Amino acid sequence: MNRYPLWKNLLVVVVIVTAIIYAMPNLFGDDPAVQVSAGRLNSVDLQLVNEIESTLKQADIPYKGVVLEENRLLIRFSDANEQLKARELIQQSLSDDDYIVALNLAPNTPQILRSMGAKPMNLGLDLRGGVHFLMEVDMDTVLKQTLESYASDIRILLRDKTIRYTQVNVNGDVLTFGFRQEADRDAAVSEINREHNELIAVIDENADRPTVAIQLNEATVRETQTLALQQNITTLRNRINELGVAEPTVQQQGQERIVVQLPGVQDTAQAKKILGATATLEFRLVDFENDVQDALNGRVPANSELFYHRDGRPYLLNKRVMLTGEHVINAASTIDGQSGSPAVSVTLDGQGARIFSNITRDNIGNPMSVVFIESKIETQIIDGEEVSVRRQLPEIISVATIRDQLGKKFQITGLDSTTEARDLALLLRAGALAAPIDIVEERTVGPSLGQENIDQGFASVMIGFALVLVFMIIWYRVFGAVANLALAANLVLIVALLSMLQATLTMPGIAGIVLTVGMAVDANVLIFERIREELRSGNSPRASIDAGYSKAFSTIADANITTLIAAIVLFGFGTGTIKGFAVTLSLGILTSMFTAIVGTRMVVNLIYGRQQRPKLSI
Amino acid sequence: MHLLSKETNINFVGIRKFALAFSAILLLISVYSIVTNSLNFGIDFTGGTMIEVGYPQPVDLGEIRTTLEQGGFEDALVQNFGSLTEVLIRLPVIETENMAELSNKVVALLQSEQTDALEVRRVEFVGPQVGEELTEDGGLAMVYALIGILIYVALRFEYRFAIASVLALVHDVIITVGIFSLFRLDFDLTVLAAILAVIGYSLNDTIVVFDRIRESFLKMRKAEPLEVINTSINATLGRTIMTSMTTLLVVFALFIFGGEVIHAFATALLIGILVGTYSSIYVAGTAVLLMGVTKTDLMPPEKDEDNEINPDGSQV
Repeated sequence: MNRYPLWKNLLVVVVIVTAIIYAMPNLFGDDPAVQVSAGRLNSVDLQLVNEIESTLKQADIPYKGVVLEENRLLIRFSDANEQLKARELIQQSLSDDDYIVALNLAPNTPQILRSMGAKPMNLGLDLRGGVHFLMEVDMDTVLKQTLESYASDIRILLRDKTIRYTQVNVNGDVLTFGFRQEADRDAAVSEINREHNELIAVIDENADRPTVAIQLNEATVRETQTLALQQNITTLRNRINELGVAEPTVQQQGQERIVVQLPGVQDTAQAKKILGATATLEFRLVDFENDVQDALNGRVPANSELFYHRDGRPYLLNKRVMLTGEHVINAASTIDGQSGSPAVSVTLDGQGARIFSNITRDNIGNPMSVVFIESKIETQIIDGEEVSVRRQLPEIISVATIRDQLGKKFQITGLDSTTEARDLALLLRAGALAAPIDIVEERTVGPSLGQENIDQGFASVMIGFALVLVFMIIWYRVFGAVANLALAANLVLIVALLSMLQATLTMPGIAGIVLTVGMAVDANVLIFERIREELRSGNSPRASIDAGYSKAFSTIADANITTLIAAIVLFGFGTGTIKGFAVTLSLGILTSMFTAIVGTRMVVNLIYGRQQRPKLSI
Repeated sequence: MHLLSKETNINFVGIRKFALAFSAILLLISVYSIVTNSLNFGIDFTGGTMIEVGYPQPVDLGEIRTTLEQGGFEDALVQNFGSLTEVLIRLPVIETENMAELSNKVVALLQSEQTDALEVRRVEFVGPQVGEELTEDGGLAMVYALIGILIYVALRFEYRFAIASVLALVHDVIITVGIFSLFRLDFDLTVLAAILAVIGYSLNDTIVVFDRIRESFLKMRKAEPLEVINTSINATLGRTIMTSMTTLLVVFALFIFGGEVIHAFATALLIGILVGTYSSIYVAGTAVLLMGVTKTDLMPPEKDEDNEINPDGSQV
């Protein structure tokens, strides 16, 4: 019988209807919008909405609506001009507060679709314009820095044990200590290995004098690299906030690289400067003898300086810096064993520990602060020429009372939450070891080229699609029309899947869709040629349809699976752009199997299934 | 329309000597060109900087070259891109420069010579290290794809079919790359993706023919392998040409309307599909024949006995 059971018909209908619903949000386009998101200290709320609305009304800038989402506010406009004006205005009016104001696009998806979780596809940077950076952390330097901080530790260790060394060197990933006597060398090896199980100390037989070669063990190397990467990601995120980008991406790629994507950013020179800045740390004692209010009024004591905490409170700090970030080996969030509250444990190197222990001994009960200094590079015009100036932005990240004489390892307690502890630990690490980072790849696409790419991509999909439709109708008539229905359904399915997966559509992705359109009819061509063949050899129309579908099936499966293998390899190889192509190609292959086999069979059955001896138009 | 629905009976395998000679010549030219000419590798593989700028009106490329030379960028390659107002500048990796900042310097330099604002349409910078990795990964991807396909075809058919299909694929890849080398076309990352897509496409074609060859071997028990293969290629000819046509149509649309950025990609696909169609008709079948596949190779073991009992080829 050439009829499908009801459930099969229903399945096809349900799949197609679902696909149409989830593909639909892509039809409605975007509005230019200004996005306001909260900084660290505040949140976006109704009061802010009112404030912004009245600001816009006063300036007579028309807006289409305001959407309050979790942590961000989107104000829609009908054209880009109003959007730019509004951003300027909002930025000015909010300049005192800690908000990030950025240009964005707000999808026009109707409420009913949004309530079903239907969202449009994301557009890649090559379609919406923006910058893509691939940054590489200089791991050699990171390891060298780590070894150098161990060097000062070991010096102290050897001095304590009265083992006399002559010279200390860091060469690549090896730290060497030279000795006058072999006895000293042997003693050093055993002391170092006992004291530091994260190090491997061995006798260097090749050296012309008694020498110990020290390396980090494998686990420590890996841990150091992971930390360096994480801390760079944190710093990059903080700096990108400064740039005012709506939906930035900062992602780890591999062991030592970070992908940074900044949609909509045009001034790449500025972006590079901001991303390339470095940060440092300072530990200072708090000046609690003088009054902060006086200082705010301009009477700053000679030995003190005025600083602001991240939460906005002013503090007077001693001018003298106790310790700088280079002595911090590690910082990690933890739980205080006594109080059970969140804490950050800080590890100092040997030299740092000595200085710290001396100062804290004399200051038990007094407050101490940690200042995080971000250096920001700004372009200024001096004598008519553009000059890059490095400006320091100090910010207190922690104020705590010294409870005890502190040494190599201490804890900062009294934090409100584990999030706060984690943030503080990350900032401490970020300031402590400024791991050098380089841009190794850049891809920038201007906004007009992005729009051009969208238009051209859309045009080639549509024209390619139309050509195939015409061709199929001429060649296979009614069956061709059925294949065309399947092809259209296939396009909708691909778009729906991409939207559901919230995949990012790129230009190569569009190319993949175009290619799929051409190749998706292949299954139908195979089936139809088989049906023709069966008809020629004198079989009945019904039997021909049946045989056509069943005989072509294994061929279609084999052909598509092999293409899928190539597509999956492409995906695995994938750098960003190629991955997009691989994804749409693979999705297209899978969906076309469904539409071209199950879908067309259903329609063919509906047309010819009830007739006793149908005359096939093929 | 039924142009091809008449049963064709073209002796494709009979003219295999010509086809083999033709392929051999193409392969020789391609390999010769790849060896002597190499490829016009894009910055994705060599590393370097590429800047596309748009001017408000058509510009003299000579002036831009002079400006860049005076600015210290002697190695800059300057050409129009798509239209007279758009200019593509390519810079190789310069050891002494901070490569990441190079594009900004060049743009500032060009802007200083220009009263109207010029628009930076696209900047691509690939560090030499990244370029090397991409070249290596790309080569590996090609090898992995071929191995994966080899295994799948060997499992589904027979090892000689697998070898024949991979031979046909290598044939397609070498000729496509050869044409890129011969005409000095830009070979960038998208072209590599296109060639991998061609591998998928051409294989698709070849598999369809092989599938029919297997089927025909079982059906036409008395026929010689040559006849079986010929019949199979003819039986699938309509489909091979139809699918090539539809795919070529869309790739043409991409080639003409897809814009400059996708041009090299579309070119590679066009060449690859043509070569792939040719190879699945003329090369793949011949390769199977030359490897001496007979019907017994395709028989399930228990059916071998049936074969002897029924020499007329009928089945019980």
